Amino acid sequence: MNVHLTQKISYHLLRVITYAIVISVGYILFDIIRHGLPVISWDFLTGFPRRSGSEGGILPAILGTIYLTLVTIAVALPLGVGCAIYLSEYAEQNRFSELVRLAIITLAGVPSIVYGLFGLGLFVIFCRFGASILAGSLTLACMVLPIIIVASEEALRAVPRGFREASLALGATKWQTIRTNVLPYSISGMITGSILAIGRAAGETAPILLTVAAFFLPKLPGSIFDQVMALPYHLYILATQHPETEKVLPLQYGTALVLLLLVLGMNIGAVIVRIHFRKKYKW
Amino acid sequence: MRMDKFMRLLLISTASISILIVALIFLFLGKEAFPFALEPGLGKLFDSRWVPVSFQEERYGIYPLVAGSSLVTLLAMLISIPLSIIGAIYISEVAQSIEREILKPFIEILASIPSVVLGFFGLVVLAPLVKNIFGLSSGLNALTAALLLALMALPTIITISEDALASVPQSFKQASLALGASELQTIFKVTVPAALPGIIAAIMLGIGRVIGETMAVLMVSGNSAIISFYPLDSIRTMTATIAAEMGEVPFGSHHYQALFWIGIVLLFATFVLNILSRLVLKKYGMAQ
Repeated sequence: MNVHLTQKISYHLLRVITYAIVISVGYILFDIIRHGLPVISWDFLTGFPRRSGSEGGILPAILGTIYLTLVTIAVALPLGVGCAIYLSEYAEQNRFSELVRLAIITLAGVPSIVYGLFGLGLFVIFCRFGASILAGSLTLACMVLPIIIVASEEALRAVPRGFREASLALGATKWQTIRTNVLPYSISGMITGSILAIGRAAGETAPILLTVAAFFLPKLPGSIFDQVMALPYHLYILATQHPETEKVLPLQYGTALVLLLLVLGMNIGAVIVRIHFRKKYKW
Repeated sequence: MRMDKFMRLLLISTASISILIVALIFLFLGKEAFPFALEPGLGKLFDSRWVPVSFQEERYGIYPLVAGSSLVTLLAMLISIPLSIIGAIYISEVAQSIEREILKPFIEILASIPSVVLGFFGLVVLAPLVKNIFGLSSGLNALTAALLLALMALPTIITISEDALASVPQSFKQASLALGASELQTIFKVTVPAALPGIIAAIMLGIGRVIGETMAVLMVSGNSAIISFYPLDSIRTMTATIAAEMGEVPFGSHHYQALFWIGIVLLFATFVLNILSRLVLKKYGMAQ
């Protein structure tokens, strides 16, 4: 067969398959938006669930997810940024820094349910936090740590060497240099990393399954030692454990859409932050 | 200068925390699981029946769960590998640059959809579809789970394979074209073979993601702990077993400890896959 014809047919085949993947992603989003959008109303977003989740809104689940992600970030951000500064500014090629990198790679690959077991063993039982916001957030913080470290380190490394050399040449110490001439220009990476981490923490179910989530709590938590409802867990329960899963299908779609918008919104936000700062600083 | 020394120490200690967490994960999984090794003994795990709650004799054999995880992973990879390699080749070698800029983020969206949302989609859309196509009484089986997992592995494999393809030196392709090979021949005989280590690493990372995935398989695999290699049977994976049963076991019971052993098996499997794939990427200079 003609070489050009073969090539043309092959390229078309590749294109068809690639677009089939894109269309299936699009269809998932379309299906959830189409069925979820009619359910979302002010009452749904700000109401409490009634009759063990068969009616009413999802406010406690939304707030629960927000509390969890906020505590998670409060813990993971300083640790992640600190680790990134060490790796980019201080680390020499030695055993210790290699071990840190190996640890980060390992953390990134640990399955989420194993984080759940770990959180149960360490935070819930050993530290006696019980099933609580604190235990769940600490578990999630361990999980999102690599995301923050990778994004922050990338941003720190993007700051030109000359910035550091100029400052050091003027007599500033290493930390003064980092604080005044490196950190301000790498803030974008830290924001990007944190937003991605929030998105990941908000969407995960398996780690909170064993460490914090409550199916039905008609009141809001009073402290970080309380249990909370969370969006992903609420969706899981409504879809699989509820006595009348068919009947609450609209509520499932509504919850799925809120969760999806929250997580995708975070990811899109991260992209926007990255583009904005890339435009602002050009060197 | 004192501030400097202090900050240096502080940063080194924050960096050590990631090592500490890894150590604690191994330690606490081991701590909760260990008593099982003394009583009733590790031999109990190597058994073909998982019946952790029983009036007669409890059985803690993890074979059916390992078989379940293996079956869905295998099926998911059979679907996902060809699709994602084709996708990566198209995006990296064939697509126009504008097209590429649109396709890449779109496929990455897939990576950010929470697994419980995909599981929900599988439950309400995919499972009924599978049920009707094959005329089954329930669509909750290994195939449905594998389809979802294939979808979840796609962005991992595509993104990393695409990086590997893009990192093949331009001179390789130019040499091939100069010798009279067509673009298509160059892609399949030069570019893809040169990027193969990276593609293999991508597949390993994809497998790691699939083995560790919990919520989606929990929701659509049907959860029967049987040893079967038939795709339309309901199966139960290691991850789903932990998620489904941990909430109801008495603390410190043999059942509880057995679930931690399953966690250890999962941890080691993903750890090995993860490290191997990073070594491959590093060796061939394809690390991100």
